[in-house]
Amino acid sequence: MIDGFLALYLFMLAAFTGHEIIARVPVILHTPLMSGSNFVHGIVLIGAMVALGEATTPTEQVIGFIGVFLGAGNAAGGYVVTERMLEMFKSSKKTENKP
Amino acid sequence: MNSAQVISYLIQASYFIAAVLLIMGIKRMSSPVTARSGIQWAGVGVLVAVIATFFHHGGAHGIFIENAALIFVAIAISTVIAWYSGKRVAMTAMPQMVALYNGMGGGSAAAIGASALLGFAAIANAPRFVPGMPAVNPSQIVLAVIGALIGSISFTGSLIAFAKLQGWMDKTFRFSGQQLVNGLCFLAAVVLGAMVVLHPQTQTIVLFFAAALLFGILMTLPIGGADMPVVISLYNAFTGLAVGFEGYVQGNIALIIAGIVVGAAGTLLTRLMAKAMNRSISNVLFSNFGSGGGAAQEISGSLKPIEADDAASLLYMAEKIIIVPGYGMAVAQAQHKIWELSKNLIDRGKSVKFAIHPVAGRMPGHMNVLLAEAGVPYDLIADMDDVNPEFPNCDVAIVIGANDVVNPVAKTDKSSPIYGMPILDVAKAKQVIVIKRGKGTGFAGIENALFYQDNCRMLYADGQAAASGLIAGLKAVDGGGGH
Repeated sequence: MIDGFLALYLFMLAAFTGHEIIARVPVILHTPLMSGSNFVHGIVLIGAMVALGEATTPTEQVIGFIGVFLGAGNAAGGYVVTERMLEMFKSSKKTENKP
Repeated sequence: MNSAQVISYLIQASYFIAAVLLIMGIKRMSSPVTARSGIQWAGVGVLVAVIATFFHHGGAHGIFIENAALIFVAIAISTVIAWYSGKRVAMTAMPQMVALYNGMGGGSAAAIGASALLGFAAIANAPRFVPGMPAVNPSQIVLAVIGALIGSISFTGSLIAFAKLQGWMDKTFRFSGQQLVNGLCFLAAVVLGAMVVLHPQTQTIVLFFAAALLFGILMTLPIGGADMPVVISLYNAFTGLAVGFEGYVQGNIALIIAGIVVGAAGTLLTRLMAKAMNRSISNVLFSNFGSGGGAAQEISGSLKPIEADDAASLLYMAEKIIIVPGYGMAVAQAQHKIWELSKNLIDRGKSVKFAIHPVAGRMPGHMNVLLAEAGVPYDLIADMDDVNPEFPNCDVAIVIGANDVVNPVAKTDKSSPIYGMPILDVAKAKQVIVIKRGKGTGFAGIENALFYQDNCRMLYADGQAAASGLIAGLKAVDGGGGH
């Protein structure tokens, strides 16, 4: 278990990191970045896997199954849409030379 | 050190690597050059963590996690559906897909909270102390409840946002005393949450989740479509926080770091967006925007239609042209035709620029994505602050599918719901051509004073048809006496 103050420090440092990363982003990347950060919290999937892995009663298994299902959707969907968006940004750079 | 300890150690190491990859991934996504590798790094991070988790507490009945088959089936079904839908969805529908996937993440965090709380209830209500029973840290219950509350709100709220943007639902849903009902629902969720903390019991937990899920729905129902980008971004931050809190409950550092980083980044992004619309977040959530200002000033003048050929002549004579695209252009899938028109104009020696309002589209930067898809180079796309001083020198401004973001009422009419919102100063251009399908109002439901100005002409047509007409018109002028 993570100790109380250690957790607080972790929260604080992670919050600053998140703030710093976004603060310097050009507007054109806001949408892909929102989509990308949406994918990043798809890591929730591993938490749901642990919850289902430790489930013993049928109720817990149903809840765990829903959790894993939703978490996997977050991760997979978030990845695909972000990749598709960023792919276009790459291809648009090629056309930059021939206006 | 026995083999179980070695495996546990390796899993922790994988989580650490995953956390590093996720943070570096977001960092790389914040620059156009490295953005694409950023999502791939983050993807590898999640993949590593998922594979490692299959070995969590393995050993008792084999090397895999308990219920491994169930877990695998859930992941397989969900991944196939999400992957397929994500690949197929049109770029214009991206915001609602982000809302949908985000809601799923929130729901997942809420499910983690639910199973943790049910576990705590089982411990608290055990008839006697069983040796080896885990002790419950009160802060764990508190954070499990807070994470579950935020996750549940994000889950149902995002689903409503998805349904609204997808057009499955009326834009707004209001009744008198709504704010009171919403407030009571939130209060009920908080009180039930406190009761769960003080005395975890299954019935209380069920009621708590019911209240939290219901509040997510009630909170999102009255919010108008124009405000949806801010709301989606807010729920994105919510899900991040919920994931972080549930990560604490499980003692999973990867969840804490990734969740809180997204929570903080999402909160900042939400504020940036709200600022671009000149509104506070609380204003977005609790005021009835988008219902149409009943007391708005009367607009004098008339709508003056123009044919594509005449509009093409105006363009032919112009030197400096600014195109203002809005979401309507993307809905009509006209961005490719508009870029073709722009190339035609550039070939004739005109200066062409695209002016983008910060909230054009359904998310900040959404319009840039849509123009990039059509192949418009970056250097032709200008932000609001850079392009606004150029409108007085602009010969022709073409407004296509944009409405509220060019409405001068935002500067002049204090009673208007969009008063104070920064707008593109299209009204100052020498000549304005508005391409529009019909006479309807914009997303905010407000009449646009720009359309009634003397220097404004309305080209009533579908976006693609209008652009084709203008291209044909230009070529006709070329052929007949253009030289």
